[in-house]
Amino acid sequence: MLCNVCKQNEAKVHLTKIVGDKMQKVDLCEDCSKEKGVDDPTSYSSEDTLLGHILSGEATPTESEPATEATVKCPTCGYSQADFKKAGRFGCSDCYTTFGEGIEGMLKTMHKGTKHTGKVPAALQQSRAEAQKLKLLQKRLEKAIAEENFEEAAQLRDEIKRMK
Amino acid sequence: MTIHEFLVPPSVSCQRTGPNDSIVMSSRVRLARNLKKQPFPSWAKKPDRLRVLELIQPAVQGLPQLAPHFAAAMDDFTPLDKQILVERHLISREHAAKGAGSGLVVNQEESLCVMINEEDHLRMQALRPGLQIKACWQAIDALDSALEPKLDFAFSPELGYLTACPTNLGTGIRVSAMLHLPGLVLAEEITRIINAANKLGFAVRGLYGEGTEALGNVFQVSNQMTLGESELQIIERIGKALNQIIEEEENARAVLLEKKPKIVFNHIGRAYGILANAHTITSKETMNLLSLLRLGAELGLFEKLNRSLTDELFLLTQPAHLQQQHAEKLDAEGRDTLRADMLRERLRDVPRPQAPK
Ligand SMILES: [Zn+2]
Ligand SMILES: [Zn+2]
Repeated sequence: MLCNVCKQNEAKVHLTKIVGDKMQKVDLCEDCSKEKGVDDPTSYSSEDTLLGHILSGEATPTESEPATEATVKCPTCGYSQADFKKAGRFGCSDCYTTFGEGIEGMLKTMHKGTKHTGKVPAALQQSRAEAQKLKLLQKRLEKAIAEENFEEAAQLRDEIKRMK
Repeated sequence: MTIHEFLVPPSVSCQRTGPNDSIVMSSRVRLARNLKKQPFPSWAKKPDRLRVLELIQPAVQGLPQLAPHFAAAMDDFTPLDKQILVERHLISREHAAKGAGSGLVVNQEESLCVMINEEDHLRMQALRPGLQIKACWQAIDALDSALEPKLDFAFSPELGYLTACPTNLGTGIRVSAMLHLPGLVLAEEITRIINAANKLGFAVRGLYGEGTEALGNVFQVSNQMTLGESELQIIERIGKALNQIIEEEENARAVLLEKKPKIVFNHIGRAYGILANAHTITSKETMNLLSLLRLGAELGLFEKLNRSLTDELFLLTQPAHLQQQHAEKLDAEGRDTLRADMLRERLRDVPRPQAPK
């Protein structure tokens, strides 16, 4: 997780706040948090002022995008990049595809990594396992053909046919 | 049936016990899930939200592990009902602000609770008394898996479960524990602990979550990162941090008793004096003093005071719970008087604390 202000050091101070129905989140390194006077996370009031400063543009938590991208809209839900900047949230799950290219940097500052390594829906996991098995069978088939092992190749071909 | 008739009364729910419950009041694991192709709740128009609610609510209600359950649309609750649900930590303050198109399904044990159309289409949580984050995960993982075949969850192999806010992306998991840390507060060590937890990537918040005060020396510790680690890795990591905080709190209590016993007994004795004798008292003062009473009960200073009573009073003296016990509408002043009356009455048979000889 990188600091939102200097974007160089590891973030050590993490602040989150709900304003109205919006969530705001800022991660700072030790130097920047001292400079902003929020190295004491118990004081909630200083958290307020800091978020005020940072989010009002003294420093921007997310990368700024070229102006043309502001007009791109999500085909599924009609959300725009400007809406995202204002709310810090997306309009629908397809927004991650629509606006996906710009978010990796932001995800790096928020999370441990940028690739999901947790739970996978069972149906997906199953199809993934099947796809892997199919790949393996196809490889064995190629090898069998190369080695002119036609009996095994015929068996493998049948097995592949059954899986499809 | 109303939600109040359905849920067990605080006098019963506060009897529940769990591991390390002298310090850990409760554990919670929450998962965020969304449906494909549907706008997220805060971007959705009312008809969209109603459609999603109609899709999700029957699917959730059909789950056997939730039986018996209570289900309702958020616009069916009165503002008082909603505030009571917040005070019981069953719904977020954000969800309490929702109306038509949002819903709630909660089981009678209050161990499983599903918010529909909060910030995400689904926010499902498992709750347990004491330190039981793994058991909470297993319960909510099972609930999620049972819903999977019925609902089309938005999932990407790269980014995991897709959420309205990118801070919840990936696992969509929020693991948290509610900790009672009077020892660390009295020893003035709490800032060091909060800083250490923050450095490990954990958030420390007040009683009602985001941006709230740590009333009654109660702190919520939760993970902030949801992507790049598996659920079990997150649970493992926060579990380690929680065990460390528990150890620190135990140490702080022991050191205080050994080095500054008079200060500790003075705080607890005065807390008892005010709670058992006041004629008007605010909710905030009550929570802070009940925290000291709870500590006194833990340290064995009271002959006849169970922690379950302090926990029950902690809940019953909060504004909505207090209002609910009285037919007429109370203003803040009226509540402060009735709160003091209740405390005097409930503490009448509790003898004052005795310092050990
Ligand atoms: Zn910095
Ligand atoms: Zn969209």
